[in-house]
Amino acid sequence: MDVERKLEILADAAKYDASCASSGTEKRDSRDGKGLGSTAPGMGICHSYAPDGRCISLLKILLTNACNYDCLYCVNRTSSNVPRARFTVDEVVKLTLDFYRRNYIEGLFLSSGIIRSANYTMEQVVRVARSLREDHHFRGYIHLKTIPEADDALITEAGKYADRLSINIELPEATSLAKLAPEKDVRAIRRTMGRLRLKLDEANEARRAPSSRQARPPRFAPAGQSTQMIVGADAATDQSILNTSANLYGSYNLKRVYYSAFSPIPDASRHLPLKPPPLVREHRLYQADWLMRFYGFAADEIVDEANTMLALEIDPKLAWALRHRERFPLDVNRASREELLRVPGFGRKAVDRIIATRRHAALRAADLSRLHIPRSKALPFIVLSDHRPAPQLLDSARLIERFRPRAEQLGFGF
Amino acid sequence: MQYIALASETDFNGWRQAARDLMLRAVQPADVAWSVRGRAPELFETSAAPPVAAAQGGFNVPAKFIELARTAILHRDPQRFALLYRLLWRLRSHPDLMHIATDHDVARVQAMARAVHRDQHKMEAFVRFREIGREPHNRFVAWFEPEHHIVEATAPFFMRRFADMAWSILTPDVCAHWDGHAISITPGVDRATAPSQDRLEETWRTYYASIFNPARLKVKAMQSEMPQKYWRNLPEARLIKALITEAGRRSGEMIATAATEPRKPQRREEPVMTEHSAKTTGETLDTLRAEAADCRACHLWKDATQTVFGEGPRRAPLMLVGEQPGDKEDLAGKPFVGPAGQMLDRALQDAGIDRDKVYVTNAVKHFKFVPRGKIRLHQKPTTAEINACRPWYERERAAIQPALVVALGATAAQSVFGRITPINKTRGRLIELDQHTQALVTVHPSYLLRLPDPDAKAREYDRFVDDLKIAAALLRRLARAA
Repeated sequence: MDVERKLEILADAAKYDASCASSGTEKRDSRDGKGLGSTAPGMGICHSYAPDGRCISLLKILLTNACNYDCLYCVNRTSSNVPRARFTVDEVVKLTLDFYRRNYIEGLFLSSGIIRSANYTMEQVVRVARSLREDHHFRGYIHLKTIPEADDALITEAGKYADRLSINIELPEATSLAKLAPEKDVRAIRRTMGRLRLKLDEANEARRAPSSRQARPPRFAPAGQSTQMIVGADAATDQSILNTSANLYGSYNLKRVYYSAFSPIPDASRHLPLKPPPLVREHRLYQADWLMRFYGFAADEIVDEANTMLALEIDPKLAWALRHRERFPLDVNRASREELLRVPGFGRKAVDRIIATRRHAALRAADLSRLHIPRSKALPFIVLSDHRPAPQLLDSARLIERFRPRAEQLGFGF
Repeated sequence: MQYIALASETDFNGWRQAARDLMLRAVQPADVAWSVRGRAPELFETSAAPPVAAAQGGFNVPAKFIELARTAILHRDPQRFALLYRLLWRLRSHPDLMHIATDHDVARVQAMARAVHRDQHKMEAFVRFREIGREPHNRFVAWFEPEHHIVEATAPFFMRRFADMAWSILTPDVCAHWDGHAISITPGVDRATAPSQDRLEETWRTYYASIFNPARLKVKAMQSEMPQKYWRNLPEARLIKALITEAGRRSGEMIATAATEPRKPQRREEPVMTEHSAKTTGETLDTLRAEAADCRACHLWKDATQTVFGEGPRRAPLMLVGEQPGDKEDLAGKPFVGPAGQMLDRALQDAGIDRDKVYVTNAVKHFKFVPRGKIRLHQKPTTAEINACRPWYERERAAIQPALVVALGATAAQSVFGRITPINKTRGRLIELDQHTQALVTVHPSYLLRLPDPDAKAREYDRFVDDLKIAAALLRRLARAA
C-alpha cells in the first residue's frame, strides 16, 4: 500500500477527534540553524479550514487504525469492516516534515488504535515523536494521544517530546462508557489523567523556580492536557456533560474539553442512533464551557434539575439572564467586572475596554457598536448614561421572543 | 499646506520624524497632506516644498500609541498617516485618549491595527511554499497576495520557522527572501514568476479531503476564517466545491446503509492490560485493595479519580487512620502524600516513629470535593459515607492485626469506634478496642495546617507529637516484650 492510500485511510480514521489546537505551548524557533520549525506564542495557527468548519492546524492521523477495542461509536472498532492500514515510523516522520516545510501545518497530532498492549501502542507513538525531535530537531508542535495504563516511563518520555497530551474520556457517564466501549475503563482513564496532572504540576513548579539547586524534573507537555467527549451517542443530558467537564477541569487542570457531536460513520454499529444530534447542541456546549472557564459561571448556574438541556435557540448566557431578570438592568458605568461579564452580548475584551474607558468617559448607547457589542441583545439588560430599558420590558414574558431567531432559509452563502 | 512624502508605504520612522517635527511647529492636522514617494498617481509636487530645519525640543506620547501606530501604518488605507497624526495631535491635550476605546479616532486606528494583525496571521497561515529542485540544492518559493503592507513585518516569522531553508515569498507589493543568513526585500513581481506546482500538493489534497467530515457541513464557519479571496493561492481550495456538493450524498449514504455483519474480532496477541489481573491473587491485603478499587458502596467513586487504599507493611504494629484522601492523594492513589502527609511525616519523626513501619489509611477512601474552577474544595464526609466505607477499614485492620490504631481526627475516630466520638474527651489516652488492639485518638494533621496563629500552631503541633509519643512508647514496650 502506498503512503497516499495509507494517508487517506488514517486521516479518515482520525477525523472524529475534534482537537486540532496548536496553542499555548512554550516559545521555540530554529534560528540556531540546526533544526526546523517554531511555535506561535499565544494563539495557534490554522493553516486551512475544511468545509465542516474545522480548523486544520496539525497533521492529524492515526499510526494504525487496527484496534483491539470494540467501541461502538468508533469507526475503527475491531468489528468494523473499514479498510485497515499502518504507517511506519519513518513514513509519519517524513510526511510531517514534508508538509511542515511547505507551511501546510503547525505540526503533528498522532493517535493510534490499541494494538497488542497499551505499552506497545504507546511505545510506537512515542517513537515517532522521538525521531522528529531527536533525529530531525523538529521544533514544531506535537500532540500525542496518551494510552491509559501505559507505563510511567513511557508517559514521561511522551511528555518530554510532546507539547500536548490527551486522553479522551469519550462519554460523560461511566455506565454509557461500559455499554458502548466495553474495553475502556473510566477508572484507568481518570488515573492516567491524574498521573499527567502530577507530572504537569511538577514541571510547572520547576519552571517557576528555575534557580532551585535540585535536579530539575524533565520538560513535560508545556501545552498541558486535554480531552474529548462525544455528544449525542448516548442519552446523557447537557447537565451531565457540563458537570463532568467541571469535574475534569478541577481535577486534572485540563486546558480544554472538546465536545464532538456524534456523527454518522461508515459501517456504523446497529446499536447507535442513526441520526446525528443537531450541531448547534455542540456549539451551545462550547459556549457553556467558555462561561465556566472565563466568565465565572458554575456548572449549576448554567444547567440544573429544571433545565437539564441547554436551549438550542438562544445562547446559555442569555438563557441565564432571562432566568435572572431580577439582577438587571445593570448600570454599565458602575457595575463590577464580574457583573459585566454576565451581561448578554458582553465579551471579555469588551468588558476590558468598558472598564478602561469608563474611568475617563461615561458610556452611551452609541458606543456599543464601537465596542463590538450587539445592541439589540445587550440593551434590554443595561443602563447607560443615555439609556434605560422600559421598566416593563424585563418583566415581559415576551422578552424571550425578541431573541428567538427568525426562521431562515438554509443554504450556503457562495 | 505642508506636503510630506514618506520613503515607502511602511516608513514608520519617516512618519514619526515628520509628525514630531510638525507637532513641534504646531502645524494643524488639517494643514498637512501625506503621501508616499513614487505612489502613482502623484497627487501633488513634493519637491516644491523645501525641507524645513528640524524643530528643537521634544514631548512624550504613551507607549501604547507608538505600538498601535507601528501596526496601523501597515494598513492599506491612504488616510492612515493623516489619521495617526490627528490622533497624535489630540493626545497632547488629552493624554488619556488612548484608554477611551469609544473615541472615534481611537476606535478607527484600533480597527486598522486589528485588520493588519489579522492579515499577518492569515499570511502566516496561508503562505504555501513550492519546492524548486531537490535536496540539497532545493529552495522554496511561495506566492501570496496580502491585503495590507505586511510582508516586511511578517518575514521574520518565516525566518524563525524555516531558518534551515532557502525561501522566497513573492507578492505584488514586495518580495522577501531568506538565504540562511539575512532577510532581503526586493520589489514586487508578477504572479507568473512564482512556481505553479509542488510534488506534495496531491498528497496534501488527499489529506484535506480525508480529514473533512461530510456529515457536518459548516460552510459559513469555514468561509469566515478562510475567506474566498485566499482560495486561489491555496492548493487544497480547488476541492472545496466538490466536497460540499457531495457531502449530502455521502452522509446520507452512511445513514441509509445498513450496518454490515460485524467482522470477527482480531485475535489479540496478548491480552490488553494484564498488569492488574496478575496482582489480584496472593496476599489478603492485595485482594482487598483490588476489590476496593471497584467499590460502589456510596456515590463518592463517581467524581473521584480512584480508590485510595491503605499502604504499609502487612504486619505493621501501628495503623494510622486519617479522614479521606485529598487532592494530591486522589491523583497519586496513595494516602498522605499531600501537605497533611508532610506534616504527619515530620511529627512521626519527632515522636521517634519510623513511617516505613506504619500502615496508613483513611476512614473514607474516595476524595469528596466540589469543583471550583481549577481547584477542588474538600468536603467533609457524611456519617452515611463513613459507614459505607467502614467495612474496608475493618477488613484492613483484620488483615494487619495492629497492636495500636491511631485515629487522626473526628471522622477517623467515628470509623474506629463505630460511633461519633468527640476528640477532646478521648484524645491522648490508650483505649482498648479488643483483646489484641488498643486505640488512640488525636487530631488530624490538616487541623494544624489550618491554624492561622503561629503560636497556636506550635503549641498544637507539640500536643500532636506528644500524642504520637504515647504510641511510640507502646511500640517500644511491645518490641521489648517480643
